[in-house]
Amino acid sequence: MCQVEEDYNGLESELNNLCCMKCKEGTAVLIIRVNDAFCRSCFKEYFIHKFRAMLGKNRVIFPQEKVLLAVSGGTASCSMLSQVQEGLSREAPKKLRFVPGIIYIDDGGACGRSAEERQRSNALLKSIFTETGFTYFIVSLEQVFSLPTSVLVPGTSDPDPSNPSYKQAVDQYIKEKQTLTEENVASAVAQLNIEDSAYSPEHKLALERLFSSMKTLTAKEDMLQTLRQHLILHIARENGYSKVMMGDSCSRLAVKLLSNIALGRGAALASDTGFSDPRYGDVVIVRPMRDYSSKEIAFYSRMFNVPSVFISGLDTKTHDKASIQRLTESFVTNLQFDFPSTVSTIYRTSEKLHTVMPPQSQTAEPASKCLLCLCTLDTKVDKASAFHATLVSEQLSQIKLQDPSLDAPAQSAEQCCTEGQGCGPGGCCSSNRLPSHQDLKTLLCYSCRLTIKDMVATNTLPPYIITEAEKRQKRWEILLHNLNISFIKKKKCCHLLTLSKPE
Amino acid sequence: MPVQCSNCVQRRAVLKRPKTGHSLCKDCFFWAFEEEIHQTIVSAGLFNRGETVAIGASGGKDSTVLAHVMKVLNERYDYGLSLLLLSVDEGITGYRDDSLETVKRNQQQYELPLKIVSYEELYGWTMDAIVKQVGLKNNCTFCGVFRRQALDRGAMMLKVDKICTGHNADDVAETVLMNVLRGDIARLCRCTSISTASDGEGAIPRCKPLKYAYEKEIVLYAYFKKLDYFSTECIYSPNAYRGHARAFLKDLESIRPSSIIDVIHSSETLSIKEGVKMPVQGTCSRCGYISSQALCKSCVLLEGLNRGLPKLGIGKHHRLHGKILAQEPLTEQEEKKLKPVNCNCRL
Repeated sequence: MCQVEEDYNGLESELNNLCCMKCKEGTAVLIIRVNDAFCRSCFKEYFIHKFRAMLGKNRVIFPQEKVLLAVSGGTASCSMLSQVQEGLSREAPKKLRFVPGIIYIDDGGACGRSAEERQRSNALLKSIFTETGFTYFIVSLEQVFSLPTSVLVPGTSDPDPSNPSYKQAVDQYIKEKQTLTEENVASAVAQLNIEDSAYSPEHKLALERLFSSMKTLTAKEDMLQTLRQHLILHIARENGYSKVMMGDSCSRLAVKLLSNIALGRGAALASDTGFSDPRYGDVVIVRPMRDYSSKEIAFYSRMFNVPSVFISGLDTKTHDKASIQRLTESFVTNLQFDFPSTVSTIYRTSEKLHTVMPPQSQTAEPASKCLLCLCTLDTKVDKASAFHATLVSEQLSQIKLQDPSLDAPAQSAEQCCTEGQGCGPGGCCSSNRLPSHQDLKTLLCYSCRLTIKDMVATNTLPPYIITEAEKRQKRWEILLHNLNISFIKKKKCCHLLTLSKPE
Repeated sequence: MPVQCSNCVQRRAVLKRPKTGHSLCKDCFFWAFEEEIHQTIVSAGLFNRGETVAIGASGGKDSTVLAHVMKVLNERYDYGLSLLLLSVDEGITGYRDDSLETVKRNQQQYELPLKIVSYEELYGWTMDAIVKQVGLKNNCTFCGVFRRQALDRGAMMLKVDKICTGHNADDVAETVLMNVLRGDIARLCRCTSISTASDGEGAIPRCKPLKYAYEKEIVLYAYFKKLDYFSTECIYSPNAYRGHARAFLKDLESIRPSSIIDVIHSSETLSIKEGVKMPVQGTCSRCGYISSQALCKSCVLLEGLNRGLPKLGIGKHHRLHGKILAQEPLTEQEEKKLKPVNCNCRL
C-alpha cells in the first residue's frame, strides 16, 4: 500500500483476451489476487493443491488419526469438507490419510431463530453430510448446559517418547496399508451418526436468559464463540478425535486478528489465528483454509457446485457499528478495496507471532489458565502497563470502599448498591456463594473480563463454568489460608497505591 | 435528578469520564487526571532528579496539556526537573505559523524557556516546498521523519537529558493498528514502549507521559482549565493512511470506550517469534544519526528532494542507497521510477 510500483488500473477490459498464467493455453475465467488469471482446470488444481500443501507442510495430522471437521454450513467450511472428500478419494500414494468426522453446532437458540428454521437448516445439512458418508454430529448449542467441568481443564498432550515422528508414522502406515484390505478401512468410517438436535425447554430458556443478560453484541459474539469451542471440544474428546479442523479463511482470520487486538487478546493472537491451536492440550485445532481468500473460496464453490447452506448468525443484517467484530469486518473489507494487499499483509503479520508459553507448561496448574478461553492469563500487573493504568483509573474515579476484597454477589441488579453507581467491580452488599463479578474476574484473562463485565447476571452462565469457578476459588482460598492471609490479600487486590485526596 | 460525583459524593458531577464512565465533578476530575499521569511517570521511572527535560511543544492541545501538567506535577511532587519548551517549525503556512504563536504565549504563561528549530534552517526545505514536489500523498513520511530528527537536533543544541512528547493513548493505539495493517513487525514491538531506548551516544531518550490518557479527556481537561491551545488540523492530513486507522479507532471507541486501552494492552502482551528478521541499530554514514540502514531515512529523503527524485525515500530502494552514498548518477530507468507522478491520489 502506498507503494510506488502498485498500479491497479486497466485490467477489467482485458479479461476477455487474457490467457491462464499457469498453462498459458486456456482462456482465463477468473482473476484472483491482483492480476493472476486462471483457467478453470488450473484453478481447480491450484485450489486442491493448496489444501494438501498446507496439511503436508505443517505435518500435524498423522495417518489414521481421527479428525473432526467443524462445519458451519458456510462456503468456507463446506469447501473444506469437499476438499477432504476429494483428498480421501484419491489413489493410494496421494491419498489423505486420516479418518474424518463432521460436527455442526446449531446455535439458533442464541441467534433467535425459530424452531422451524432450525429444523429446516438441520435437514439440509443432514442431507449434505450423508452424501459424504462420514460420521457426523449435529448438536444444538443448548447442550452446553449439560457439559462436564472437564471441558475447562486442558488435557495433557501425551509427550510419549514412543510416539513416532511424522515421517516414521507415514512410512509405517504405508507398509501396513499394503496388508490391509479396502473394506476394513471403509467399515471404520461408517459409525454411529449422532443427531442430537433435540433440546429440553429448560435448556432453551437458560440459553435465552444467558444471551439476554449480555448487554452488548460484542460480548454476545464472544460468549457464543467460547461456548461453541467448548462444545466442539467436548464432542471431540468424547469420541476420540484428537484434531479439529476449522474452516477459517484468510480474510476471516485477518478480521479476527484485528478484532482480537481491539478486544485485548494480544497474548493469544498466535493461537487464535495461527495454523494450529494447542491450548486444549489433547485436542489440537487446525486451520487448513487459512491461505484461501474469501474470493477464491466463493469462486470455487460457485464453479464446482459445492453445496452449502446459508444460516444467519448473531450479526447478520446488523449495521456496521453493532459490534467490534462487525465493525472490523467492514473496515477491513473497505480497506481491501482501496489497498488490495491489506488482507495478505495482516495475514503475514499473524505468521510472525507466537504465544508465550509459561516455563513449565506441562506441570502448570489449571488455575493459571483463563477459565473461559483457556489461554494463559495475561493479567500480571506489571508496574508500567496498560492494565496497571486501568486499575489506577478505576480506583481514582470511585470513592474508596472499606474492604474492597470482600466478595459480593451479583444476583440481580436490583439488590445491589445504594449509592446508585451500579454494581461494578467495586462490589457491595452481603455475601452469598454464587460467583460475583469480583470472583470471576480473578480467574479470567483480560478480554474475558471485559466480556463478563458486560453481563448483568453471572448466574446465567452454564453450570459447568460456575462449578469450575467455585472450585478454583476454593483452591485459591486454601492457598491463601496456608500463606499469610492479610499480606497476600492486599497484593491480590493490587491496591498498592496509597493516595491522599485533596479536600 | 442531578448526579453526584462518584469520588467525593459531595459536589455535583459535571462530566462523564470517557475512560471509565464514572461521573465526576471538576476538581475530582483534575485530580484524577493529574494523578494518573503522576502514577505513569513514577511507575515507569521516566525521570530522575535534577534532569533537564525538553517538552515537545506544538501549540496543540496535547503538548499544551503536557506542559501544564508537567509544571504542576513538578511542583506538587517535587520531581526536581528543570523544564523547557522545544518547538519545531515545519513551514506549513496557515497552520504552523499560527500554532507557533500559541507556543510563544505558552512560554509566557508557564514561564518556561522556549527554543524553536525550523526545517528551513536544518534541511533547507519547508513542508510547503516538499508537498509541491511530492504531491499530496506520502508527504506525512517526510514531515514525520524530519520532525523527529529536528527534535533530537534541537534537544542536543539545548543539552537536555530527556525529551517528552504529548502522544496520548489514541495516538499509540492508532500506531499499533497502523503497524498491523502495514505488516511492520519491528515497529509493532517498539511502538508501545513508553520510553525509547537510551543506549548509544547521541540518542536522547524520548518518553510519553500521556500514554494512558485518552484524547477526549485531554480535551476536557484543557477546556475546563481554560488552557490556551491551537485546535486546527494540519491541512495535508486528510490524505494520510493514518486517517483510516484513526476512523476505525474512533468507531471502536464509540462501541466500547475501553477499546483504546485494550489495543494498547494487546500490543504490550503480544510477542514475536524468534527468528523473525529485525533491524539492527547502527549509525548513518553521512550524518551520524541513528539508523538501521547505511543511510538514515532523512538523508535518503533529502537526497531525493535535492535531486528532484522525491520518491527515493518512499518504497523499497535499498539497493540504490549504495549508489547514492558513492554519489554516482542513477540510470535513466531508475530515475524514471523515482520521479513524481502527476496525480497519484485517488480522490
